[in-house]
Amino acid sequence: MSTDNRRRPVRFATIITYVALVLFGTAFTLPFFWMVSTSLKPAARIQKFPPDIIPMRAVVVKVGGKTCEVYRQKDGSEVAVIEKIQGGAARVKPLSGPATPGRTISMDGLTPVIGPGCEWSNYSKGLVFIPFAAQLRNTLIISICCVIGTILSCSLVAYGLSKIDWKGRNTLFVIVLATMMLPAQVTMIPVFTIFVRLHWINSFLPLIVPSFLGTPFFIFLLRQFFMGIPRELSEAATLDGCSEFGIYRRIVMPLSKPALATVGLFTFMGAWNEFLGPLIYLLDETKYTLSLGLAMFTGQYGNEYGMLMAVSTVVTIPIIVLFFFTQRTFIQGMTMSGIKG
Amino acid sequence: MKKRQSTTEKRNLRNGLLFCSPVIVGLAVFTLYPMLASLYYSFCNYPMLKPPVWVGLTNYRVLIHDPVFYKSLSNTAYYAAFATPAGIVTAFLLAVLLNQKVRGMAIFRTMFFVPSIVPMVAGSVLWLWLLNPDYGLINTILRSMHLHAPGWLNDPATAKPALILMSVWGVGGWMLIYLAGLQDVPVDLYEAAEIDGAGPLQRMLHITIPFMSPHLFFTLVMGFIGAATYFTQAYVMTGGQGGPVDSTRFFSIYLFQNAFMYWKMGYACALAWILFVLILLFTLALFKTSARYVHYGGER
Repeated sequence: MSTDNRRRPVRFATIITYVALVLFGTAFTLPFFWMVSTSLKPAARIQKFPPDIIPMRAVVVKVGGKTCEVYRQKDGSEVAVIEKIQGGAARVKPLSGPATPGRTISMDGLTPVIGPGCEWSNYSKGLVFIPFAAQLRNTLIISICCVIGTILSCSLVAYGLSKIDWKGRNTLFVIVLATMMLPAQVTMIPVFTIFVRLHWINSFLPLIVPSFLGTPFFIFLLRQFFMGIPRELSEAATLDGCSEFGIYRRIVMPLSKPALATVGLFTFMGAWNEFLGPLIYLLDETKYTLSLGLAMFTGQYGNEYGMLMAVSTVVTIPIIVLFFFTQRTFIQGMTMSGIKG
Repeated sequence: MKKRQSTTEKRNLRNGLLFCSPVIVGLAVFTLYPMLASLYYSFCNYPMLKPPVWVGLTNYRVLIHDPVFYKSLSNTAYYAAFATPAGIVTAFLLAVLLNQKVRGMAIFRTMFFVPSIVPMVAGSVLWLWLLNPDYGLINTILRSMHLHAPGWLNDPATAKPALILMSVWGVGGWMLIYLAGLQDVPVDLYEAAEIDGAGPLQRMLHITIPFMSPHLFFTLVMGFIGAATYFTQAYVMTGGQGGPVDSTRFFSIYLFQNAFMYWKMGYACALAWILFVLILLFTLALFKTSARYVHYGGER
């Protein structure tokens, strides 16, 4: 009896938990579904109420090698419209009953037949409107260079801040930490004038070069990780005549692969995402990154939701695929950043 | 022996500086110099194409009488005051739900987390469509339930709430931080409390939340700074204008407009310093008062 009393409320709480999870899960997932669904709808069927849940389009059949739209007559029978003729008439071929040759009837009594089907032209059109290939290439160049620069510079600095005892080390670390709080807006304008003077505007350099000079947050992450590598390892290497750089390259770096992967992944995502930098520094459409290209495209074709959703889907998918392949690194990194902060 | 010590010290100093040289150069070129320069420019008339000319406090004097400055400040305060708590509450709720040892936890976790990694511009464009007053998914659902369908981004009264709603969709990162924290709360505490007759609500208030307060505080600070510098989504969704009727002209948008649309670099630098000082003061106030409500368990 007493066990029954204890079990009941637990079961009730579990049901509530599942209901809440499913409700939230639906709310968080629905936007993705809607993005993909809209991207596959023909323009004529996007702005309507009630909307099609899954993409619908006109049903077509092949009549003598020609693609024809299917219409329904008032009596319910379906016909394929072979050719629309002036004056609201059409040459049609009945799809049911005996095969009769084409005849001409009025369009008045005909309604188009709609069925599930995908309209892929949003993708082909949308990706031509923004010079997609060029912008994808730009985004990849910038992202990969940033990953290389960040991993190199941040690991070197983190090593200097954790594995070498030197005067001023802690002061520098505190300064690095403090700059994490600094909003980019404060330094944005003078940094812009530096790049103007260097004639680097409309090139990728302003977006890449700073990553070779360290990113405070990743320096912090790597330093915490390096601190956990036993001192005995580097001491043994020193006795064997290994230089400081040798310890960095042969011992610390190979042992830090998971942390370096996290830094690389976050840097890549950050560069893929970056908007303000490209907005300020890139001027030609062919130099844009995907994010900037999509934003500009939205400014010009704000109502072409089919194409907008197609491009958004294409920009989003690589990141989601990346996430699924690197889930563990990802989640470790996210929690690492939170706990130690 | 002493001499050897000092050569080691010297070598370490040299190596340390060498290893840290990237960030030393970086801090000098991309932080220290720009900070001083922007402070200097804030006292100048600087139309970008001509060199800066010292005008004393003029920019700050103009700023005190600039109604758009106050509007952008209040927009930003509004956004920070609602988006940050809404995000924290939602993320915490999701983390608590996921921590209930349910089946399919990994699937739900992915569902909640993935929106937070959607590229910001793509997410903004998607929400522009979801929030479309006539044919957007949100108003479609509201209408089918016979509820009022707001104008969202077309109406100054609902434009900021629309952006806050969108921001809640991306709280997956915070949720993961909380989830990791929840898994560290000692189970024996809950068991002891249960024996003492504490209900679920009491356990939440007296065990879970105090234990989680460092995580909550961390996200509060990050959320506040993020909200104070909120830019990309508002820029993309309003075409850089901050409309309708300035209702989404946030501080960073106004700063960007002054710098790169009106080319008033001096005025923009003054705005940037105001923003910096405000963030600094507010963050310091948070840290000062944090001793009262943040409990660092065994770490102290």
